[in-house]
Amino acid sequence: MTYFKHIARTFLLSEFVKAMWLTFRYMFRPKATINYPYEKGPLSPRFRGEHALRRYPNGEERCIACKLCEAICPAQAITIEAAVADDGTRRTTRYDIDMTKCIYCGYCEEACPVDAIVEGPNFEFATETREELFYDKEKLLKNGDMWEQEIATNLKLDDPYR
Amino acid sequence: MADLLVEFFQWAFGVTLVPWLATIMGIVVGILAIVLPLLIAVAMSVYMDRKVWAGMQMRRGPNVVGPWGLLQSFADGLKLFLKETIIPASANKFIFLLAPALTFLLALVAWAVVPFDAGVVLADLNVGILYLFAISSLGVYGIILSGWASNSRYAFLGALRSSAQMVSYEVSIGFVLVTVLMYAGSLNLSEIVMAQKDVFLGVNGYWFTPLFPMLIVFFISALAETNRPPFDLPEAEAEIVAGYQVEYSSMAFALFFLGEYANIILMCAMTSILFLGGWLPPLDWAPLYIIPGWIWFFGKIFFMFFVFAWVKATVPRFRYDQLMRLGWKVFLPLSLLWVVLIGFFLLLTDKIPA
Repeated sequence: MTYFKHIARTFLLSEFVKAMWLTFRYMFRPKATINYPYEKGPLSPRFRGEHALRRYPNGEERCIACKLCEAICPAQAITIEAAVADDGTRRTTRYDIDMTKCIYCGYCEEACPVDAIVEGPNFEFATETREELFYDKEKLLKNGDMWEQEIATNLKLDDPYR
Repeated sequence: MADLLVEFFQWAFGVTLVPWLATIMGIVVGILAIVLPLLIAVAMSVYMDRKVWAGMQMRRGPNVVGPWGLLQSFADGLKLFLKETIIPASANKFIFLLAPALTFLLALVAWAVVPFDAGVVLADLNVGILYLFAISSLGVYGIILSGWASNSRYAFLGALRSSAQMVSYEVSIGFVLVTVLMYAGSLNLSEIVMAQKDVFLGVNGYWFTPLFPMLIVFFISALAETNRPPFDLPEAEAEIVAGYQVEYSSMAFALFFLGEYANIILMCAMTSILFLGGWLPPLDWAPLYIIPGWIWFFGKIFFMFFVFAWVKATVPRFRYDQLMRLGWKVFLPLSLLWVVLIGFFLLLTDKIPA
């Protein structure tokens, strides 16, 4: 009897029909994917995206050129040169991040004693040329100004766990 | 067509066309009238394939280029067109470039005998079905030539698999065609369609007769014949990185791609002509005949293509020995048995066509 059942199942393609019915029903399910460029998924406050250099509310650069980020960077993507500024403070004259080397580990952010270098929530910074990804101080400060609000919120949210 | 052209030229330019020129122009116009919509249909079918596949995987599919992503295929085509054609250094150049052209050509040439409506056919051959069968058999050449000329082991393996597979499934397709022929009593595709009018209980089409199992066999063989999943071993991305197409880029690849989809649409058209009643409406009921035949025909092709995409989304790829087992040990005996059974059935019910 089981033999005949097996034969019948093979020739009537019942399992095949069942599978087809299953996939047909799935076609009308709500989509699991989001409509990406118009619709975005949620990001954690700890998300490590594009770098930015922050300023104090009075507009003064936070970075004190301690070079801890440069030292800890496992990909050696950060290059810093420092000098004494006119007001006698220690400042960077050069702060470059090679975004093609960066592995987005977040160590620079963690090493920074003054929360100057941070990784912001932006991940859409693809460029058409390689050169555009060699970020200099100007670009990083610009990022900091542009994303300050989001970065500050994220830092505050993550604060209890740091 | 030729008479119409002569009249048109008389009316528009006041010139009388020489008869032979009118005939040639009539044929060219007929070819363009088939090929241009066919190429658009190919582009749209690629889009539909991706959409159906995406839908069944709960994805969205192409939706950015044009409204609902309808222009996606054209964007892809443009991208391919702008790329560099790379010819491997050790390839046989002539055959390497001949193969995709051949595949594309054969996929288009087959459409000459397909009847789109009563009397709307480019070449109303008396042996139309044999012509279709011959052309689809020739399709193997494009693939094996490309595999050999690429001088690459992946391409060669893919070509070997593909040719073995296509040859195997052609055998069962042949026997399925024989059953249909015995039922219809003609090799002419238009007559085969007309023979399907009101076959049983007012239903048009042979799927409502003892030929139904053959429809399934034909459909599965068509999947194997066009290298569609679950029989896509010749391209098997995971094992032989797209098989015979590995070394192709740019337009050469695009020709393969277009040829493949044109073949799929051809197989859908063949299924609807042989089993679903071609341009006839599904029921032999007068109000349904108000809708023009070609719309019914395209509707049936559309439905068959949906099933092709549906199967692609459902079934995993066969193993090679399973594929050969299915072709030679299941389909061949089954279709052969059905030839005999249908013969008896026609004899007993006294339905043998004159």
